[in-house]
Amino acid sequence: MYPTPIKHASPLTNILYRISLPITILLWLMPLAAVMMTSIRSIQDINQGNYWGWPTSFNFIENYNMVFQSTEMGQYLLNSMIITLPAVLGAVALSTLAGFALAKYKFKANIWMLAIFIGGNFVPFQILMIPVRDLTISLGLYDTHMGLIMFHVAFQTGFCTLFMRNFIVGLPNELLESARVDGVSEFKIFWYIVLPLVRPALAALSVLIFTFIWNDYFWALVLVQSDTVRPVTAGLSSLQGQWLASWNLISAGAVVAALPPVALFFAMQRHFIAGLTLGATKG
Amino acid sequence: MLQQSTAKTNGIQRPKRLPTPTRRISKQWVPWIFMAPALILFSLYVLYPIADSFMLSFYSWDGLGDKTWIGFDNYIQLFDSESFWTALKNNILWMILFMLAPPIGLAIALFLNQDVAGIRLVKALFFFPFVISQVVIGLVFSWFYDPNLGLLNTILDVFGFQTIALLSSEEYVTYGIIVAGLWPQIAYCMILYLTGLNSLSPDQIEAARLDRAKGLKMLRYIILPQLSPATFIAVVVTVIGALRSFDLVATMTAGGPWGSSTVLAYMMYEESIFNYRMGYGAAVAVVLFLIMAVYIAYFLVNMLRSER
Repeated sequence: MYPTPIKHASPLTNILYRISLPITILLWLMPLAAVMMTSIRSIQDINQGNYWGWPTSFNFIENYNMVFQSTEMGQYLLNSMIITLPAVLGAVALSTLAGFALAKYKFKANIWMLAIFIGGNFVPFQILMIPVRDLTISLGLYDTHMGLIMFHVAFQTGFCTLFMRNFIVGLPNELLESARVDGVSEFKIFWYIVLPLVRPALAALSVLIFTFIWNDYFWALVLVQSDTVRPVTAGLSSLQGQWLASWNLISAGAVVAALPPVALFFAMQRHFIAGLTLGATKG
Repeated sequence: MLQQSTAKTNGIQRPKRLPTPTRRISKQWVPWIFMAPALILFSLYVLYPIADSFMLSFYSWDGLGDKTWIGFDNYIQLFDSESFWTALKNNILWMILFMLAPPIGLAIALFLNQDVAGIRLVKALFFFPFVISQVVIGLVFSWFYDPNLGLLNTILDVFGFQTIALLSSEEYVTYGIIVAGLWPQIAYCMILYLTGLNSLSPDQIEAARLDRAKGLKMLRYIILPQLSPATFIAVVVTVIGALRSFDLVATMTAGGPWGSSTVLAYMMYEESIFNYRMGYGAAVAVVLFLIMAVYIAYFLVNMLRSER
């Protein structure tokens, strides 16, 4: 292990290290803590400039209630869900199929197909913007949930295919070969042998791209314009324009928007990090 | 399930056919059938649009009417425009300062790579900024930088420094946004290095310790070489992150004050959506794409080499 385990150091070093941990955390998350503190302040505190002192009253319920009742925040959250869940499902499904093809079949274009999926995943969004917007309009999907879902499925397929391919490559070939000898069709091999084995990877991948899609802001600006479709990221920034002085409410809105991916991350931390590093380090 | 299905297919007793030429051809198509849905959608939404944007950059187009072929005019205009050079300069600044993320991420990873009670939670909290939407991060930092009430100025004030309106200063605004962008990027690099540190070879470290290698020397000659895959990924994702910067610029300043904090990604969006200059916007996108293509190619070559 590197660095040397702190257990072997002197008791004083040990105590200092353990004290330093919460302090560095506090410094690291200070901007965030400030927003959370602000989100429970009263408007009197805000107007009097009491931003950093002890709140005169804790308006947790009032402020968060206000966010849901006087704005479209609830609708934005719902929209984000309606867009993100099917998009995750679609991208994972398509890329598991494609990843299987790239991992377990030898054909000439194999490595080039993989390169295309990976390369496409890194391109700047702006080079796609005008054509994708035109395409979405001509498909009649502009300003609909489906328009965003379709784009996210297509785009995330690049990263997801690399991810699934790297996972499936590690599955033993003997398993597939013996099934083939028994005359099992290729699709059944995929369905009954490969799919049950990749379940852990599916979980990791889903958690990861849930946050990617949930946090998207650019496409929410480009493909959507009405409140009934707008996801929470774009919704939050439009609220910011309307509520210039009500920092307590904007902060509450920000906390609400950040909550779902954060909750998912803490619930499935191991999957999340495994996903992030499998996609990356195998590369 | 597996047994059942094999039994079923065996039970049907398919007549054993000799592999005829037609059957061999159809087998070639199997991987393509598995890939077809992904490939079709990916071509439609990613591959074709790249080509289309290249084409579009040679036209003048307002997004509605007819397109007019104007050759390289968009590019000539672009290289003459001041805001393009501002955006490019800012992108380069982003790239240079973003390079702080891998070493800082490594430092934090080294600091946290200990086995004490509660360390898992500490690691998770350090990683936290990466999970949050950039819109929220932009908001958090706008608040942090607020000239009257922000924490930054409160701190500066306490220590007797001159306070500063960071986001409305043409000189400092880009630095302010970059710091906000570094926050999640450092978290990302940290997690890459933490995973790398977990897979170090204990034998080599023990051997080096017997040779009395210590501290920085140990890090330089024993640890860093073993971490090079993590470093490679960290550098690539950091460069790409710097070139992709859009969300923070859009939420914190919208390119202002007076266009001084714009980057290529934001300039492209602004020209196409607000100024209806689609061809010109496409030209900006093409320039951004070509810069990025260098790194994408570098990444692919490295990756494909390790695959072979």
